[in-house]
Amino acid sequence: MPLPSFIPFKGLSAGKFKNISARTLFLIAALFINFILLSIIIWLTVKSAPVWVEKSIPGLLLSQVWFPARGGFGMFSFIIGTVLSTLLAVILAAPPAILSAIYLHEYASKKIMTAGRTLIDLLAGIPSVVFGLWGIITVVPLVRNHIAPAFGINTTGYCLLSCGLVLSIMIVPVIMLMVIEVLDGIPNELRESSLALGATRWQTVKHVVMRMAYPGILSAVALGISRAIGETMAVLMVAGNVPAVPSSVFEPVYPLPALIANNYGEMLSIPLYDSALMFSALVLLAMVLVFNIGLHIFKKTARYGGQTS
Amino acid sequence: MPHVKVNKFNLYFGNDHILKDIDVSIPDKQITVIIGPSGCGKTTLLKSFNRLIDLQDNVKTDGRILIDGEDVFSRNADLCSIRKKMGLLLQKPYPLPMSIYDNVAYGPRIHGLKKGGDLDGLVEHYLKEASLWDEVKGRLHAPAGNLSLGQQQRLCLARGLAVEPEIILADEPTSALDPLSTARIEKTFIKLKKSYTIIAVTHILRQAKRIADYVIFMYYGRVIEHGPASKVLENPEKDVTKEYVNGVIS
Amino acid sequence: MKGRIIEEKIFTLLMAFSSLAIFASLILLIGSVIFKGAPALDLAMVTEAPSGGFYLGKKGGVLNAILGSFFLAGGAVFISLVLSIPIVMYINHYSSKGSLLNTATRFSIDVLSGVPSIIFGVFGFSIMIILGIKASLLGGMITVAMLVLPVMCRAVDEVARLVPEELPESVHALGATRYDVIKVSLRQILPGILTAIMISFGRAIGDAASVLFTAGFTDEMPLSLLQPAATLPLSIFFQINSPVAEVQNRAYASALILTAVILSISLSVRIIASKMKKKVVK
Repeated sequence: MPLPSFIPFKGLSAGKFKNISARTLFLIAALFINFILLSIIIWLTVKSAPVWVEKSIPGLLLSQVWFPARGGFGMFSFIIGTVLSTLLAVILAAPPAILSAIYLHEYASKKIMTAGRTLIDLLAGIPSVVFGLWGIITVVPLVRNHIAPAFGINTTGYCLLSCGLVLSIMIVPVIMLMVIEVLDGIPNELRESSLALGATRWQTVKHVVMRMAYPGILSAVALGISRAIGETMAVLMVAGNVPAVPSSVFEPVYPLPALIANNYGEMLSIPLYDSALMFSALVLLAMVLVFNIGLHIFKKTARYGGQTS
Repeated sequence: MPHVKVNKFNLYFGNDHILKDIDVSIPDKQITVIIGPSGCGKTTLLKSFNRLIDLQDNVKTDGRILIDGEDVFSRNADLCSIRKKMGLLLQKPYPLPMSIYDNVAYGPRIHGLKKGGDLDGLVEHYLKEASLWDEVKGRLHAPAGNLSLGQQQRLCLARGLAVEPEIILADEPTSALDPLSTARIEKTFIKLKKSYTIIAVTHILRQAKRIADYVIFMYYGRVIEHGPASKVLENPEKDVTKEYVNGVIS
Repeated sequence: MKGRIIEEKIFTLLMAFSSLAIFASLILLIGSVIFKGAPALDLAMVTEAPSGGFYLGKKGGVLNAILGSFFLAGGAVFISLVLSIPIVMYINHYSSKGSLLNTATRFSIDVLSGVPSIIFGVFGFSIMIILGIKASLLGGMITVAMLVLPVMCRAVDEVARLVPEELPESVHALGATRYDVIKVSLRQILPGILTAIMISFGRAIGDAASVLFTAGFTDEMPLSLLQPAATLPLSIFFQINSPVAEVQNRAYASALILTAVILSISLSVRIIASKMKKKVVK
């Protein structure tokens, strides 16, 4: 932003004037988007202050007591709900998504690869409320009538397992698309070199392709995780939403986004309730940000390392 | 009997007829150089020998390529063992994303050959064969990507030799290298031809003159002329070859 | 020797099986939306607003939600477009790479695109309180605009970077200002901006969590910016939570409409993109 260009007002041509006003306008716009991120963080922190000043942050994070009418704002069950459903989703989604991406990219013909990629790309755009709906139609009954009885367990079907299953189907396209992109970036000559030495395709994938791709694959999984952490509607529709720490996958959970969606906006007259919900939003944001920023840093270092080694 | 014999070989990408009626025998333990203008099918032919051409979609072939009398393109050919017979050098060196040592050891390892102490000996032996040992012996476990381009290309050569091939395929192996590194590769080739059959593609005529014992000239997917280097390069029979050798077409 | 062939076979099988499972469940997903939704889809669904008792199984449709969604997504995309073009032009033409604001802006775009939509919902609601607006079409637009702003910025940035460097150089060489350069490059990336608009529109129209508190919900047609407006995702959500089977079936029909809208948007993006590519090659 060289300021001197503002100084010579004399003889300022119309073109130059336009240039300067455009520059100012663009600068404001760029400042604005930074401002959004900052103000979200600041706003949530400030608005949640009453509750974390009174109850202390560790007290809120570690307490399981959720009883707003009596001032119990323990977040632990919600945090555990988010962590468990995300974890389950990633465990279910990541291995098949990675394997399938490798299959499409390294084994299948170009035609199948293009078709598969297009399909996955289309599915990545399906809104989460549709996934939630599908969860209610298909996954919940499946869990209630078939999976749980197989273990001799009674459940409504609105539980951790359904939540994990629906989330996993949601993040599979996200992970696959990014893994395919990563595989695209690996030079074909490396594959040729390995195959030319008499390696099988799988040996080539395992020893050469994966070694190059693993930072990117980890980022893809992280992206899937951050998507799962913040997902609201689908989770809200199938998780069961009971604030307790589940003792099995067949018990309901109550992830943070569902808590916010169910209660925010209609905060009656319970003191600190509003502030507590802001705090839960702050916790959710913090979880996602830690993941995203970590990913950002990791990607930078990994790309550097990948080129030299 | 020659190791490599191409017999009425045709290759198509979809409907494009890329290689037309290739019929040529490649002499053992000599350097055979394939020359010709770019796009004439030299690289395609080279990659047909070890069937890396399979990585492309819609490839159709007829005719045969015989390596030790075995048809590379037959249905029950064992790709891995065919490829093991041939080391490959590409236009640019592509060291695998691992250490210098592991690059050379890669081949023996994937083929389940001896582990431990023997491997150290193998690595040293092949790095010496590729004239790289003296430059890297102190840093065998450094990432291969840290080497200079010329060193990387010799590392790729050592890596290829370590699977004990009979043939070395080289696709314009010096095109990314400076003149000094080029000279080292050429010298290494001349040293290696005592024990290996070397097939190299190049579009640099002077390089062909420097290293070739036998020359194949290709033009628009056909072999126009082949024979001892002195004959094809100095006294070509066909007019096209003459024009190419004299630099009229390139 | 044999070990590696067996390993190859096992993993090929695993990969094929994974692909099969993934594609089967994704096709099952679309299939069940179609099979459940199609029978409940009638003309009234797309031509009428809910009549009294709609959520108890009485007559009507979701036209109000369809229109609401289109208006809301359209407004949000417009706002974010107006913001994103100057942002992208700033980071590409006015600030040098590596300068603080440039790095910070790129970082903000990256981070914002990972912020969950429910957070935008909470924040948007707070902004509305400050501005003194109730849950309304306008409130929803502002919130969803923040949600799609990073998406739009990324998509516009992607095409802006494709402008060959010689273009600005040759315009500069004519003695033009940067502003002129931007005018020229904007004309170049116009088709790309169209794709960016459609991608953002698809994202905006499908999001429910951000409009949950900010757009409100109503059975009325969305006629005013300051009145609450129904949206398709929320209408699906409310209908499926009804105990009446007929209403649930309408949820499937609404989901079918929403999915069809979004899929046709992404399909047309692909078609436009492939046409653009052909133009470049020729």
